[in-house]
Amino acid sequence: MAFANYPKQEILLPVKGSFIVLSLIMALFLNLLPLKGVVLSLWPDFVALVVLYWCINQPQRVGMSTAFAMGLLMDIGNASTFGQHALAYVIMAFAALVFHRRLLVFGFLKQAPQIGLMLLIGQSVLLLTGLLDGSHFPGWNFFFASATGTLLWPLLSSLLRIPQRPRSDSDALS
Amino acid sequence: MEMAPQFFRQGPSLLARLVFFVLLSLLLMAVDTRFKYLFEIRQAFAVVIHPLQQLANVPATIYDTISEFFVSRQLADENVHLKHQYLADRGQLQQLRGLEAENAQLRKLLEAAQRLESKAVMAEILRVPRDPFSRKVILDKGSQSGIQPGQVVVDDVGVVGQITRNYPWLSEVTLITDKDHSVPVQVVRNGLRSVVSGTGRDGTLELRYLAMNMDIREGDMLVTSGIDGVYPPGLPVAVVSKIERNPTYVFAQVTCTPAAGVGHHRQLLILSLLAPAMENPPEAIEERPKSRKGEKIGVR
Repeated sequence: MAFANYPKQEILLPVKGSFIVLSLIMALFLNLLPLKGVVLSLWPDFVALVVLYWCINQPQRVGMSTAFAMGLLMDIGNASTFGQHALAYVIMAFAALVFHRRLLVFGFLKQAPQIGLMLLIGQSVLLLTGLLDGSHFPGWNFFFASATGTLLWPLLSSLLRIPQRPRSDSDALS
Repeated sequence: MEMAPQFFRQGPSLLARLVFFVLLSLLLMAVDTRFKYLFEIRQAFAVVIHPLQQLANVPATIYDTISEFFVSRQLADENVHLKHQYLADRGQLQQLRGLEAENAQLRKLLEAAQRLESKAVMAEILRVPRDPFSRKVILDKGSQSGIQPGQVVVDDVGVVGQITRNYPWLSEVTLITDKDHSVPVQVVRNGLRSVVSGTGRDGTLELRYLAMNMDIREGDMLVTSGIDGVYPPGLPVAVVSKIERNPTYVFAQVTCTPAAGVGHHRQLLILSLLAPAMENPPEAIEERPKSRKGEKIGVR
């Protein structure tokens, strides 16, 4: 079969707007947890991951403006320069929107490295703006968050996919 | 001109939107770092995010409550110890009161400016932001509790930092280790005045522009000199940990370790703003907040 290599495509239910908002709020909550030390440096940027997920799966509804607004909220929560996270998220969202059709061909596992690259771009933007503001280089473990974000992607995207799964109909013929 | 049907209309192109948002965020960053116009916008966003921050703090609070429950036996021992300590301190305090009264009397006699007693508000560290580029912590008291930018934050050992932004229920403290923060200090041993600056790294401060032949040694204690009118004099700031006198540089490289540790406690004290000293002429008082650039004491 010529199509044997493609992953089986499910027909998904439409996403509720309230679920998108809820997932973004949850991501913000996870980012704002008061953490310290090693856990903090390994803690992935959940807001970036969720914004990327919706940019890839619902590009008509979540785009750069959402990314920008979430970035501003993160800047407040993080007490960083106003606009720093917004810039990083907008650039990540742009990459996701450009590649969203290509990314959807792959399964979540194969998407992960590409998502990792986008997270890395986003963190590089953060680093660059930080350095331009006159900060010290925070050390290479700054990029660990991208790595954990990549590892988390398959799990997170399967979780976000759950409400869209078609419910099995009890009347259906098996 | 013919419009495309609704389904095909996608608004401005991706690239145009990218350029718009990138320019907007660059503008915001420039305005935020160079000028201080974004106060109201930040406030608005802070109101949105405040409930989430409170909620995010709930797990930590529950953890604290549970661990407090288990340490009650240690508390009994600690209580006994503290009672002894209290008695001992009480005695010393009596002596200190006497000295204070005597000092006040003497100062009055000398018609010297009285040192103002500073009031303090206790606050808890709500969270440490994950931003690796700035050294800040967020406290749980804000403008509703009368906290203003410029107030000094200390712990039981020494200076921690300064309030740089306040929200209704929160405030941001820039730690003395922040790269943009400087504190005027004095060496306890010989009264040498200088300015200690943050480096942006945890646990490191530096004394810049000290000439090679300055009398400073490792282990010297640095306290606030009070000449800035922001920090009350005599608060411990740092201990000199390393001095490099490299003849290729003009200045000695003096590294210090801050006295206070933010990582150790959750409770901090916010001191009230110092009232301008009496001998300052009125125009100097008027001028002072502007020269402080609204927040940090900029000694450049």
